[in-house]
Amino acid sequence: MNSSITPYPPVLEIENLSISYNDGVAHRRVVHDVSFRIEPGEVVALVGESGSGKTTTAQSIIGLLSANGRIEGGNIKLNGTDISRWSDRQLDTVRGAKISLVPQDPASSLNPVKTIGAQVGEILRIHGAASGRDVEPQVISLLERVGLSEPALRARQYPHELSGGMRQRVLIAIAIALKPQLIIADEPTSALDVTVQKRILDLIDELRTEYGTSVLLVTHDLGVAADRADRLVVLQGGRIQELGATKVVLAAPRSAYTRQLIVDAPSFSAVARKAPATAREKPVPSDDDVVIVEGLVQDFVRSDGDGKSFRAVDGLSFRVRRGTTHSIVGESGSGKTTTIRAIVGFQKPTAGSIEIDGTDLSQLRGETLRQFRRKIQLVYQNPYGSLDPRQAVFDIVAEPLLNFGRLARPAREEKVRAILNRVGLPEAALSRRPHALSGGQRQRVAIARALVLDPDVVVLDEAVSALDVTVQARILDLLDELQRDLGLTYLFVSHDLAVVRQISDTISVLKDGRLVDGGTVEDVFERPGSDYTRELINAIPGQKRAALV
Amino acid sequence: MTTFDTVHDDIIAPGRGHGAGRRLSLPLLIRRLPPGLALSWLVLAIAFLWAVAPSLFTSYNPLEGVGGEQLRRPDASHLLGTDALGRDLYARIVYGAVHSLTGAFVAVALGLVIGTGLGVVAGSVRRRVDDAIMRLVDVLLSIPPLLLSLSIIILLGFGTVNAAIAVGLTSVAGFARLARSEVVRVRRSDYVEAAFGSGGTFTSVLRRHVLPNSLTSVLAIAALHFGSAVLQISTLGFLGYGAPPPTPEWGLLIAEGRNYISTAWWLTTAPGVIVVLVVLAANRVSQSFGKVPA
Repeated sequence: MNSSITPYPPVLEIENLSISYNDGVAHRRVVHDVSFRIEPGEVVALVGESGSGKTTTAQSIIGLLSANGRIEGGNIKLNGTDISRWSDRQLDTVRGAKISLVPQDPASSLNPVKTIGAQVGEILRIHGAASGRDVEPQVISLLERVGLSEPALRARQYPHELSGGMRQRVLIAIAIALKPQLIIADEPTSALDVTVQKRILDLIDELRTEYGTSVLLVTHDLGVAADRADRLVVLQGGRIQELGATKVVLAAPRSAYTRQLIVDAPSFSAVARKAPATAREKPVPSDDDVVIVEGLVQDFVRSDGDGKSFRAVDGLSFRVRRGTTHSIVGESGSGKTTTIRAIVGFQKPTAGSIEIDGTDLSQLRGETLRQFRRKIQLVYQNPYGSLDPRQAVFDIVAEPLLNFGRLARPAREEKVRAILNRVGLPEAALSRRPHALSGGQRQRVAIARALVLDPDVVVLDEAVSALDVTVQARILDLLDELQRDLGLTYLFVSHDLAVVRQISDTISVLKDGRLVDGGTVEDVFERPGSDYTRELINAIPGQKRAALV
Repeated sequence: MTTFDTVHDDIIAPGRGHGAGRRLSLPLLIRRLPPGLALSWLVLAIAFLWAVAPSLFTSYNPLEGVGGEQLRRPDASHLLGTDALGRDLYARIVYGAVHSLTGAFVAVALGLVIGTGLGVVAGSVRRRVDDAIMRLVDVLLSIPPLLLSLSIIILLGFGTVNAAIAVGLTSVAGFARLARSEVVRVRRSDYVEAAFGSGGTFTSVLRRHVLPNSLTSVLAIAALHFGSAVLQISTLGFLGYGAPPPTPEWGLLIAEGRNYISTAWWLTTAPGVIVVLVVLAANRVSQSFGKVPA
């Protein structure tokens, strides 16, 4: 960029940084010789998958490595001064004042027993920027600056009274309170809905132009990085794979890894393809509808005891043809999870009917309901929670067969082996427990468990959301292949429109429990029928790149 | 994603170490054991051996005194001295282990079985049965344990086994509460729902998933209770509600030594120290159970 002509030193310069963690036996190196710099007012994105060392690198800059981590070598220069060997006490003068951090998880990053005002005021008091009565007006103007409505009221509220997006704004207010030169934003939006994500990133951008702050954006989402960063640093296994101006890296990636990342990122491929859905060939969908939902209503009694009920799903209807993929899209609280829980028979709808393959769910009780479960299987969002930590992979997959116990032992074993082979798990994984598997492998086990009963319909509840992009792409490929070979019907629940666009045939868009848009992928994406759908589509990250290419 | 980053570094790595640990040779495993924990296991092992084969550890008779040897100070021939009847104190402690330890064992087993049973039922059926069981447990918890065990032992009559039953019943409430909370936690997890979703019946899910996953901490607490049961049984013995003299039960030993506390300090100190050591060791071991990754 324009580094050669700036008279100032870079805000941050990292030279040959190496970091290791002590795993109880030896020091294991996780970051190797990483070097990059951030110029004043620049946004640099640190991109990589889980375990790539991006968070470790970011943490080391402000001396927040966990107790078993240590810097093995290299320098971290802030305005030309090496701070990598500084004590905590020395770093305190820098933290918050020169460098500040926007943490990843807004839910756990605020103290639940202190008011918002007290927490924002704390940083002003600690650094002596304000004291006594001066604090409150400053806090309120900060909260106003980050776009919180009724800032005076918010200052008196506690974190649990605020939504996720509002909490993230509070964290940003704390980060910008002392107008630092560098903000480290560690996955600032990965816990938020897409539309909220866009607003938060817009806010960070705005503040950057206003104060001239540099931003180090740590993210796994290449789409977000492409939209927001001037330069990209791509990390893999603790090593820099690629470093350069965003446009250059995206247009002509030099390393194979970056190319893979770009191919796998759903936000790029869908937009770049511009073709409806994927290029796969499907068996010609027959005319029968395997899932029919009519006027589904689901009320929940509020737990605060006034007897009023809360309507989570309101009059939802849709149909899914056999052998196709239907996606249910919406943000948190839109009723997607409630809908699918009713469809798989975990809760009785308040009103409306659900018919799966000709069976009306409302008629099912006890044993008939148990028998019905063979037809429809659910894959959960979190592969870390949906597998029993005490069971071996073989037992996990064999369990549904045992439940319907028709197969003799050898036949059962053969079937389990076949299905595990089908989902691409090595034979060696059979005897392992879930904790010895990676996230992607666990999700494969969960898929195998769902498929072992030969169901007609597989419900995927955010089944790829917790996975890295490359792993996500492999799982999506697998799902696609299984659908082609086995004629499965998928009900896919997601908040990620980019993924949805890649794999679905039809879509229902939910907002506050109501259907706001529905139809084929082309219809919904090309001619969105509601403002909400348009807003969702615009919020998909990675569109800047689409404009470039 | 980034949570997973840190999780990878902090948890998966020791997890791998644990997986490898199963294949480690025994000497390496012992070398890796924290010294405090190794010592605790050693204390428990010795106490267990005393209970199983006391004659291997001492040649003296615990019940028959030797004339002219009364109230000897600890020396080479009598490691922990002798009591007022000339009986070797070390021999009495060694032979007493079986009474104290089986008492504690019976007490813990009773509390574990009844308490966990109640807790599992309460946690899995919910609603009215749950409420009924848990209110009963609340009532049990509201009575001081010593008062409760004294009341029970007065109903049952004195003796080692009765003392053990009395102590065991006082721990039922604690086990029930813990087991219930664990069962409720596990029942809410995705894998239990998934098990129902793949056609599991109530009993099969309970057997395959809920019980194995909720009993880890119950077992850890059982080890903890073992320590306190030794203490409680000794207390009952001390108060005279346990085994009748001349049984060398640890609590009774302390009580008998009380009369000579100004002239023969070792008669109370030695059995007291042994009780403290066993209780501490049981606590330390129970703590290590809690840390084993699920």
